[in-house]
Amino acid sequence: MSAVSETGLASRAAAHASLVAARRLRPAEIAFWLMPIAGYFLFPDRLALLSEIAILGLFALSLDILLGFAGIVSLGHAAFFGLGAYTAGILGKYGWTEPLSGLAIAALVAGAVGFITSFLVLRGNDLTRLMVTLGVSLMLAEAANRLGWLTGGADGLTGVMIGPVFGVFEFDIFGVTAYWYAVGVLFVLFCLARYLASSVFGLTLRGIKGNSLRMAAIGAPVNLNLVTAYTIGAAYAGVAGGLLAQTTQFASLDVLEFQRSAEVLLVLLIGGSGYLYGGLIGAVLFKLMHDLLSDLTPQYWQFWLGILLVVLVLSSREGVRGLYLRVAARFARSRHPGRKGGAA
Amino acid sequence: MRKSLVRALGALAATMLLSTTAHAEDTFKIGLIVPLTGPFASIGRQVENGVKLFMQQHGDTVAGHKVQVIIQDDTGTPDVSKRIAQEMLVKDKVDALAGFGLTPLALASAPLATQAKKPMVVMAAATAIITEQSPYIVRTSFTLPQVTLGIAQWAAKNGVKKAVTLVSDYGPGHDAAKTFKEVFSANGGEVVEELAVPLANPDFAPFMQRVLANKPDALFAFVPTGLGSAFMKQYVDRGLAQAGIKLIATGDVLDDENLNQTGDVALGLITSHHYSAAHDSAMNKDFVPAFKKVSGGIRPTFMGVGGYDGMHALYAALEKTGGDKDGTKLVEAMKGMSWESPRGMISIDPDTRDVIQDVYIREVKRLADGELYNVEFDRIPEVKDPVKAAKK
Repeated sequence: MSAVSETGLASRAAAHASLVAARRLRPAEIAFWLMPIAGYFLFPDRLALLSEIAILGLFALSLDILLGFAGIVSLGHAAFFGLGAYTAGILGKYGWTEPLSGLAIAALVAGAVGFITSFLVLRGNDLTRLMVTLGVSLMLAEAANRLGWLTGGADGLTGVMIGPVFGVFEFDIFGVTAYWYAVGVLFVLFCLARYLASSVFGLTLRGIKGNSLRMAAIGAPVNLNLVTAYTIGAAYAGVAGGLLAQTTQFASLDVLEFQRSAEVLLVLLIGGSGYLYGGLIGAVLFKLMHDLLSDLTPQYWQFWLGILLVVLVLSSREGVRGLYLRVAARFARSRHPGRKGGAA
Repeated sequence: MRKSLVRALGALAATMLLSTTAHAEDTFKIGLIVPLTGPFASIGRQVENGVKLFMQQHGDTVAGHKVQVIIQDDTGTPDVSKRIAQEMLVKDKVDALAGFGLTPLALASAPLATQAKKPMVVMAAATAIITEQSPYIVRTSFTLPQVTLGIAQWAAKNGVKKAVTLVSDYGPGHDAAKTFKEVFSANGGEVVEELAVPLANPDFAPFMQRVLANKPDALFAFVPTGLGSAFMKQYVDRGLAQAGIKLIATGDVLDDENLNQTGDVALGLITSHHYSAAHDSAMNKDFVPAFKKVSGGIRPTFMGVGGYDGMHALYAALEKTGGDKDGTKLVEAMKGMSWESPRGMISIDPDTRDVIQDVYIREVKRLADGELYNVEFDRIPEVKDPVKAAKK
């Protein structure tokens, strides 16, 4: 009896230690988060693009919570992005101009709808999930189109006014406030996601993704965890949408369109899912490629972007991260020729 | 090809130099933002070609400034439009914004023009309210009410008693439906049903059934340029023509670029609009072949003319200010300006900064060169935008 509890205690201590270790900040991460600061000084006149990258990064992060951690595939994630955008935009239009509380409400609305629809989504397997998420987003897009008196319909929501951040920093034409606002929100939410990922909840999610039957067998509440993950992912997407509406002071039907759902999935695939940074790295690469190519050939950039993406996917199934890991493994192997490379 | 390569390399170099390069004082930069990809790419291409042709014909030096046009694709998405506009103002330090293919794109960017105090020349988007969104907006295209007025009057006078309206469900569409109903009713007609079709990926078939069920004398239609052929196909396939329902429309539905593909079913259709490639003037007779040369054989539409005239407005304004690039002065200079365009004489209303132009009633005919054209047979002179005129 006592022996069992002793080993139990020991394994619990080991698990705790591994959680703590997972939370420790790595140097590469610090370097990564210095990038937005460097970006500000290096590209002071591209802040609008950099803000867009931060927002897309947050949106991709929200999908990563679903796909990379909970293993829920979604083709309609733009539904929550759009809900957040319209919520924040409509609040701004009708006098609720305080940005942070507007963002919080956007998160609540998107999270609430995410919570309700999660029960539909979780009923099926992967294929039905694709259909259900797609269906929900299409319904919302059509609703926004029909409710022209509220959303502005196909003309878009104009007249959105957003007050200064913290009552001090006005949104300016150079996009300085918008940039720091977007990056700040991204950073805070990322830290939260990072904490969650290495919590018991995050580990349970990974377990469910690996083998949900087994997780259920050891007594983990599978559905509750998935519902929570879906709701959090939806709320995150809502914040990303809210950020877009607030920083551009505009919202239009395309925030809900399928194209946006597909784009964010692509971004996550480029960066690689399941380690939180994938969405951010994907967003940086995707937007920079897009920007560079559409600068070079305004008419045919989609063609070149398509080719680059195909090449990337062909060379590595896990996006740039997989590419990086493979190259790193090869280096390690060439340095220690005696050893077999990698852990199976 | 060579030129675009040079431009590409230039753009690459500029990106690499992080824009620390000093901007030469004597350039006048115009940021042209249009959809060049996506469903509305044809609008962007028309405007781009109009701009190119104008610069080819008039050189790139005005009042001591070298005119430089920076073109960017906004994919038809408003937040991209706005971001590009912001970057052009902040990074490229453009002296004027131009283009704007669709109403939402123009509306999203309008506050920036006010903030930056730079002229924003709307070359395409056509909802009446656009020019009210910023005192720096000048429009060289048209407004939907402006061109709808004519066909509504014509229909009422030519034996149409009952009509159904079918429009795309967004700003210009609502404008068109509303104006048609007002003018048509005032002239003794009756609109029995108003239909609105989604703007993106529309399926016209069920709407055509509704029209058939109503048995009107005529169907009034507006869809943005580019959707015209899909609309015409459904009009024919669903047998509206056989049922004796006459189609009347604004010129957007049968624009000059797509008219030929529509085929003989279009023959005899009556539309009202401000430009036709068959417009009978010496200037237009030169304009059409010159445009085709630039565009690779594509006929100019009203969008191409909007781009061409937008450049004229900017050139003439810069000339008038004696090379002063101040945005407020440029807009002031454009107010009340009038000139001959391939569509005829046009002017900028000093009160609304919107275009004043003749609107024509046209019929589709096959001309001597074997192609289909909208042939103008009646003219309503100097039409102002009726929506803003009514507010006065």
